[in-house]
Amino acid sequence: MKTLRQRNIRDYIMVSLLVLSTVLVLTPLIIIIGYVIINGLGAISIDFFTQELGSPARAMQGRPTGLVHSILGTLVVDTIGVILAIPIGVGAGIMLSEYPEHKLNPLLRVLNDTLNGMPAILKGLLAFAIIVRPMGTFSGLAGGVALAFVMIPIIARATESALLTIPWSIREAGLAIGLPRWRVVMSTIVPAARTGLITGFLIAFARAAGEAAPLMFTSFGNNYLPTHWTGMIFGPVDTLPQRLYSLAISPYAEWHTMGWAAGIVLLVFVVALFTGAQLLTRQKAL
Amino acid sequence: MNINVLFKKKKPKEDKMSPDFQPQEPDLLYREIHMNGSPPIRMEAKNLTVKYGTVTGVKNVSLPVYNEKVTALIGPSGCGKTTFLRALNRMHDLTPNAKVTGEVLLDGNNIYAPRVNPVTIRRKVGMVFQKPTPFPTMSIYDNVVAGLKLVGIRNKAFLNEVCEKALRQAALWDEVKDRLGSPGGSISGGQQQRLSIARALAIEPEVILMDEPTSSLDPLSSSKIEDLINDLKKKYAIVIVTHNMQQAARVSDNTGFFYVGDLVEFGPTDKLFTNPSHKRTEEYLTGKFG
Repeated sequence: MKTLRQRNIRDYIMVSLLVLSTVLVLTPLIIIIGYVIINGLGAISIDFFTQELGSPARAMQGRPTGLVHSILGTLVVDTIGVILAIPIGVGAGIMLSEYPEHKLNPLLRVLNDTLNGMPAILKGLLAFAIIVRPMGTFSGLAGGVALAFVMIPIIARATESALLTIPWSIREAGLAIGLPRWRVVMSTIVPAARTGLITGFLIAFARAAGEAAPLMFTSFGNNYLPTHWTGMIFGPVDTLPQRLYSLAISPYAEWHTMGWAAGIVLLVFVVALFTGAQLLTRQKAL
Repeated sequence: MNINVLFKKKKPKEDKMSPDFQPQEPDLLYREIHMNGSPPIRMEAKNLTVKYGTVTGVKNVSLPVYNEKVTALIGPSGCGKTTFLRALNRMHDLTPNAKVTGEVLLDGNNIYAPRVNPVTIRRKVGMVFQKPTPFPTMSIYDNVVAGLKLVGIRNKAFLNEVCEKALRQAALWDEVKDRLGSPGGSISGGQQQRLSIARALAIEPEVILMDEPTSSLDPLSSSKIEDLINDLKKKYAIVIVTHNMQQAARVSDNTGFFYVGDLVEFGPTDKLFTNPSHKRTEEYLTGKFG
């Protein structure tokens, strides 16, 4: 038996260790946010949100330059990805949670987890093979498909866990009044789990929005706005994560600053999505 | 308006898919039986066995369900009452490992015959569960008419009519008529259970299965449900699983006593409670075990 003093000391040490790990978790986040903002704030201006990038000469000669084409491109490519990923991911999630006895269920579970763990750049390769090669051009569509591959397994898992929070008795009640099984799922289970589903979409979206690797040989990048908006879907298009990378490895100091600014925009975008997801989750708990 | 008219229009395909399940004209069947003077049998289990993997939940049970009568199933916990009940509307179809053998006849047709669609069976054999199960995102109104609306019946006047009728039958109309639009979960537990009953009644089934419908309710709500059962048996065949022997004695016409998966005894409630033929039944009823 240890003395009370010894037990108190031990308790104090354990709490200190927990505080230490909390600090270690928060430090990189604070450093990243702080450093990105300090370095990028100088490039944030109205031009930054209204002008396209153009050639390096523009920035070096002080002519107006910005990243509007990357911001719009990100929205277009991410939207394509979400539109493709939500139906497929939700469908797979419904299979995972509602049809446990189905022959494909165990296979789907393994493959979905594998897809989730697969490096994103390989998903880009897949999109390259199935979209870019046949179309003969890099495109926002191919980028969207690559991002959909990133989102699908996350959405499927989130959908599964959201649906599983709805008690089994609700499904039986639906079946007991003679509803077909898919009708029970669509009309009673999915609506009841909607907050969880939307949270899952936002998390998947935020994750995909930050991906640069799968876009490198799908949406490819572009220094200019396309002449027509359809060019964003069917032609090479710029995205923020990838533009950030290109600006960072460029040899021009002005572009480096713009890269940091792109980082700020991307951070705000992703943090806003995650915060939205958090708020929804909290609302659900109430 | 007869509800079946709407269904026949809506679901010609389903009828084609189950040629083995051709219900006889029920009126004819029952007139015949009435003329013969014997009580009409709505459902009948014949040598019904339910296994979960290697565990046998119900062993070779044969039991009739009479029309316009209440059949109570009593017995200790885990003795197969609920398992038996769930076999009567093919609720075991979704349980992995569960295997049902034997026959359950509904109006003379085996509901376990190949190619019988369980969905058509469940429209004729409704079920009320132990815990109230209002659909969480639906209003009281939508809960009641869910079984009609969600299969494509859109006629508002008809749905309103069904909703009021079902809620009146479930003795809930007066309590909720002014707030049919509020969520199904917003009313009390006892009201929710009557809502679940109204939802089962809205599809005009032939048989209503009740799995301990009052076990999660207070005594006042329970007695309302019991009154309701007495009313409903004028029109439906009712099977009720209960832990409460007084309840079985109060509401039922026939009682079956289950013990470890066996149907030990089945007979008129009066006789079973006053003069049981089996020692086990007597011991259970007098509180020696269970």
